[in-house]
Amino acid sequence: MATPRSSLLLTALTLGGIVFGAFTTSAAAADTLRIGVSVAATGPAASLGIPQRNTIAVLPKKIDGLDVEYFVLDDATDATKAVANMRKLIDENNIDAMIGSSAVPASAAMGTVGLEKGVPVVAMAAAAALIQPMTPEKKWLFKAPQNDSLMADAIADDMVKRHVKTLGFIGFNDGYGDSWLAETERAAAAHGIKVVAKERYARTDTSVTGQTLKIMAAHPDAVLVGAAGTPAVLPQKTLHERGYKGLYYQTHGAAIPDFLRVGGKDVEGTFLPVGPVLVAAQLPDSNPVKAVALDYIHRYEAVYGPGTATAFGAHAADAFSMIAAALPAALKAGKPGTPAFRAGLRDGLENLHELVLCHGIANTTAQDHNGLDARGRVMVTIQDGTWKLLP
Amino acid sequence: MDFSIALILVQDGIVNGAIYALLALSLVLVFTVTRVVFIPQGEFVAYGALTYAGLQAGQVPGSVGLLCVLGAAAFLASLWAERHQLGAGRVARLAAGTLLLPAAIAGLAWLVVPHHPGVVVSALLALLIVTPVAPYLYRVAFRPIAHASVLVLLIVAVGVHLALTGLGLVFFGPEGSRADGFTDAIFDFGTVSVAGQSLWVVGLAAALMAGLSLFFGRTLTGKALRATAVNRVGARLVGIGIERSGEIAFILAGAVGALSGVLIVSLTTIYYDTGFLIGLKGFTAAIVGGLASYPVAALAAIGVGVLESFASFWASAFKEVIVFTAIIPVLLWFSLRHHGVEDEE
Repeated sequence: MATPRSSLLLTALTLGGIVFGAFTTSAAAADTLRIGVSVAATGPAASLGIPQRNTIAVLPKKIDGLDVEYFVLDDATDATKAVANMRKLIDENNIDAMIGSSAVPASAAMGTVGLEKGVPVVAMAAAAALIQPMTPEKKWLFKAPQNDSLMADAIADDMVKRHVKTLGFIGFNDGYGDSWLAETERAAAAHGIKVVAKERYARTDTSVTGQTLKIMAAHPDAVLVGAAGTPAVLPQKTLHERGYKGLYYQTHGAAIPDFLRVGGKDVEGTFLPVGPVLVAAQLPDSNPVKAVALDYIHRYEAVYGPGTATAFGAHAADAFSMIAAALPAALKAGKPGTPAFRAGLRDGLENLHELVLCHGIANTTAQDHNGLDARGRVMVTIQDGTWKLLP
Repeated sequence: MDFSIALILVQDGIVNGAIYALLALSLVLVFTVTRVVFIPQGEFVAYGALTYAGLQAGQVPGSVGLLCVLGAAAFLASLWAERHQLGAGRVARLAAGTLLLPAAIAGLAWLVVPHHPGVVVSALLALLIVTPVAPYLYRVAFRPIAHASVLVLLIVAVGVHLALTGLGLVFFGPEGSRADGFTDAIFDFGTVSVAGQSLWVVGLAAALMAGLSLFFGRTLTGKALRATAVNRVGARLVGIGIERSGEIAFILAGAVGALSGVLIVSLTTIYYDTGFLIGLKGFTAAIVGGLASYPVAALAAIGVGVLESFASFWASAFKEVIVFTAIIPVLLWFSLRHHGVEDEE
């Protein structure tokens, strides 16, 4: 098959390729910021990962005189794959920062790789446990989305306003549901609300009749569905069919257009806390988030069509904004591609001051690697098939 | 828990159980005829459901493309498998079944969709689109290794399942869909109200089971399938084409899966990956029937549905655990009753 001459030629070409590749890499490294991205473009968290992946394509290609290069990989909502992705990006592409992943377990795993290799990671998953309590292991891990405790408090505040005394909870039978159940119990206790029913279901369940009956037997004033995406529709629809007359609350995980499409009339009047980007156009002009959020929506929809921007995708834009804001500190410490630059970037990420994001305004510290406060969420309701900002 | 709650739970369990029963039956059918543990059975539920929902929403779903591509692949696979005994007539028949048929179905879908087809037309079209995928899969993935061990066939089945799930994400997106059912009617029986669609599910499932039993008992093709299931070598000796039998078994499995999907997509939201768990519960029931007995599998499926329903009331966090743990005593009973290692074939 292969003659000596042809294999010699092949070897020469391969070597040439390697030399050329090494040359271009070293030439570009000096003034290029390299950002690795690992998202859940497939698997259970795909509805979060896909808009996040799409967002990367509309992010700036140049900032502070630096070219920005993105390396996007899919981790299939798998922590092992996410870790492999990150190691590959560090070893082969010499990245300066990592954005990802979409789900909690993968983000946590990437945080440990960040610590080992000295690469800052900005997660796009919500659980507060990722960065709280702050321990040395989490030193290189940052988080763009709001803590779920922030959202749970918003729900509890709203319930108090609507004179809810008893609450029924039905949530996912996984980390998302666990985290929300814990936060709901904490926030409810703090606001004098009693959780009278705690039920669980799986994302792929085809029926929640049993859980629904149990909740209705407890006669709660309101029901909170601790689920994400379109699966959050099923409990609400079933409760509706069984004639439940109380108030319905959902989490910000349900704040996607598909939730409205699948839920239809049955989800009208639902209350949920969301990041301000979801109702950016309805925000008062005095809110600094409005301009930033609208800018993101315009950039995204210019590429993917009107009505396609989601709150999940905006987390990717926010993660990038956090890195961009930390850039001046990093540039003082060293050149891109060096350990000193990455350490400077990490320090910068810890000292963000009044940074306006699509999802609120961040003030990070060594203890708080998220930094969003009550300005990072608003309550909305569903009216005429769309999100309506509540005053 | 009072009596009315128990009634609602039983009703819910029976409706889900009817779907599991259909899947259990087709799993038993495919296994006995071809020795393939048909893991992708659940994908046909999801594909049927989402194709139907897509047609109702006025889109030509991606599964149409899959049908055409897979048909072409099946054509090539068949040409290769039969390369030593091909005649012009055979090639023409193959082309008609694997190239023209998908093209005709795709054309029909393109023509019908813009006119907002009704519930019945959409349902039939969804069945037409999804069902042939099964026999094409058989030709491409299973027929070339029809004589391999059960384990090899199982591994290939898992591979096909993973491929179909991945393609499902591409075709239908990560979010789920719902569609209109055959009826919105709700009947009140005292304290219990029954949705008309539930009656459709149970009724069609029962009718299909009766039809299958007639098919196996009264028709030549059905008897040939049974003969293949009982003894493959013997069936070949008396002139039954076991490859043809395998293909028919897959056609039935595809049709049953797609129909199950069309039936439940109005009762619940279906996602590209919902099918696996539904199929697994059908599989649990099929195991109880020893992967051999149709009536035991069907009854076990209803049992799984009811158990699931009650488990979700009492201990929703452990529902799946309870349902799948139920299989252990059955396996124990099997292994105690049969001494020694069972031989295949």
